Amino acid sequence: MKDQFPVDGVAIAVFCGLFGLVTVLGFVAARWKRGNLELIDEWGLGGRRFGTVISWFLLGGDLFTAYTFIAIPALVWAVGAGGFFALPYTILVFPFVFLVMPRLWSVASRHRYITAADYVKGRYSSRTLATAIAFTGLLATMPYIALQLVGIQVVLGGLGIDGDWPLIIAFAILAAYTYTSGLRAPAMIALVKDTLIYATVIVAIVYIPSKLGGWDSIFGAAAKELPTHDQPGALVPSGADAQVAYATLALGSAMALFLYPHALTAVLSSRSQDVVRRNMSLLPAWTFLLGLMALLGYMAIAAGVNVTDPNETVPALFVNQFPSWFLGIAFAAIAIGALVPAAVMSIAAANLFTRNIWKEFVHPDCSEREESQVAKIMSLTVKVGALAFVLFLPTTFSIDLQLLGGVWILQTLPAVLIALYTRWFHHWALLAGWLAGMVAGTWIAISQDYTPVWATPVIGATAYTGLVALTLNLAVSAVLTVLLGSRGRADERDETRPEEYDELRETREPAPTVAAGMR
Amino acid sequence: MRRWYYLLLALPFLGLLYPPLYSTEDPTLFGFPFFYWYQLVWVPVTAALTYLVYRRTRPPERAPADRPARFTREARS
Repeated sequence: MKDQFPVDGVAIAVFCGLFGLVTVLGFVAARWKRGNLELIDEWGLGGRRFGTVISWFLLGGDLFTAYTFIAIPALVWAVGAGGFFALPYTILVFPFVFLVMPRLWSVASRHRYITAADYVKGRYSSRTLATAIAFTGLLATMPYIALQLVGIQVVLGGLGIDGDWPLIIAFAILAAYTYTSGLRAPAMIALVKDTLIYATVIVAIVYIPSKLGGWDSIFGAAAKELPTHDQPGALVPSGADAQVAYATLALGSAMALFLYPHALTAVLSSRSQDVVRRNMSLLPAWTFLLGLMALLGYMAIAAGVNVTDPNETVPALFVNQFPSWFLGIAFAAIAIGALVPAAVMSIAAANLFTRNIWKEFVHPDCSEREESQVAKIMSLTVKVGALAFVLFLPTTFSIDLQLLGGVWILQTLPAVLIALYTRWFHHWALLAGWLAGMVAGTWIAISQDYTPVWATPVIGATAYTGLVALTLNLAVSAVLTVLLGSRGRADERDETRPEEYDELRETREPAPTVAAGMR
Repeated sequence: MRRWYYLLLALPFLGLLYPPLYSTEDPTLFGFPFFYWYQLVWVPVTAALTYLVYRRTRPPERAPADRPARFTREARS
C-alpha cells in the first residue's frame, strides 16, 4: 500500500524548474564535442572522447543510481548492518576495476568494440558465446531501467503527485533527448545530477542529525529499534551466517558491477586508458557519499518515520525534515539521478542489440548509418518496454528481476574478464559454464524467495547466490576445457594480440578513417 | 619492479572481506560504532592506495597521456 504524502506547491515548483533545466541540457548536448551522430561510436560512446572530469561525473552518475539512493537506506532501515554491505562493495569495486578495465578499454579501442559481446566474439571467434553474453546483458539491464522509473515514481509520490502521467512525461522527454544526443546527453546531465546529489547528501547528514540530537542518539535509536522488527535486525552483523553473507555480497557485487552494459559503455567512452585508471582513484568520492546516504536509514528510525513500503523511507524522512524549497532540490536530485543511468542503460542495451543481434543475425552488411539508426530506435523501444513494465506489473517484480540480473551478469565474468588475461578456456566450455551458472543461480534465487543469499552446503553458511553460481560456472568451464583438450581449437581465430591489451593508447579525434568515409 | 605496487591493491580486500575483524560496536568515534567508521575510513585509504599505484605504474617515458587533441594535431600537420 502506498502512503499518501501532502501536495507541496513550493517543492513541486523547484522540482519542475530543475527538471526543465536538465531537459534543455539534454538537447543542447547534441552540439557538445561535436561529432557525426550518425556513427554508433559517436552516438553510443560519445566518440570515446571523454576526459577525466567528464568521465568522473558520467561514471558516478551512472553507477550510483537513483534506485541505489532509495534502496540502500531502505534496506538499512529494515535490516540494519546487513544493508551496509553496499559500502565495502563500492570500495572494493574500484581497485578491482583498476586492474581489469584498462585492458578492456585498450583492446576495445583498437578493434572498435562497442560491447562486451563484441570483444568476446573477437577473442573467441564464437558467435554463439557472443550471443549468450549479449543476451545476458540485455536481460540484466531491462529490469534495472525499470527500477530507475520506480525511483522517479517514489519521488513523485513524495511530492504528493499521483497518477502515472507525470512519469510518462518525464520518460518521454528522456527518450527524446537520448535519441537526438546519444551518450552526450547523460554525460552533460550528470554534471547537474552529481552536484545536486552531493548538495543534498551533505545537507542531509549535517542538518538532520543536528535536529535529531546527534549521531549518538541516531545509532542509539537504531540499536534499540532494529531487534524489534518482524525480521530482527542488528547494528553489527553477528554470527557466521550474517558475516559470510556480508562479505560475499560485497565481493560478488563488486565483481559484477562493471560487467553491466551501462558500466562498460561509460568506461569505453573515456579518452584513454590513463583516464580510466586515474578515475578509479577518484570515484571513491562517490562511495563515501553512498556510505553516508545509507545512514539515512538510521536517521529515519530515529525520526520515527513509519512507512509500509520500505522504498518510501528516504522520501518520508525528507518530507518530515526538510523545508519545502530544499525538499524540491532533494527530490529533483533523486529524479534526475534516475535519468542519467536510465539513459546510459538504454543506450548500452541499444548498442548490444544493434551490434550483437541485428548486425549479427538480421542484416549483417548494414551500413554505419543504419547501425546508428537501429540503435537510436532501439533505445526508444527499450524505454517503452521498461515503462510498460513499471506501469502494468507490480513493483516487486522489477525488484526481484533486478536481483536475478546481478546473478546473471556475474556469469559473464569468465568469458569477458578472465579472457582479458588468458584464452585457456575452451569457448564451448565457457558456454556450458555460463549455462550452468545461469540455471543454478536462477533456480537458487527463486527457491530462496528472491533473497540474495543461500545456505550453501559446502561452506556451511549463507553466501551470495551470484558467487555460488559463479563458482559452479568456473568449475564446469575448467573441467570441460580439460576434457575437450585441443579438439575444435585448431581452427579458432583470436583477432586480438597480447600487446593490444597493455598499450597506452589515445582515441584520435575523430576516428579518421571512419569519419572520412561518412562525410 | 613496478609490478610489486599492484600488491597494495590487495590491502582493502584483506581489510574488508573478513567481517569478524570489525564487527564490533566499540570503540566509537563521533558517535559512530566501530563497524561503521572502520569501513568509512577504508574509503579514503583505498582511494589513496589506488592513486599511489596509478602514479607508480604509469610509464614514465611518455608525455602526459591526457592531451590527445594537441598530440594528434601536431602529428597531422
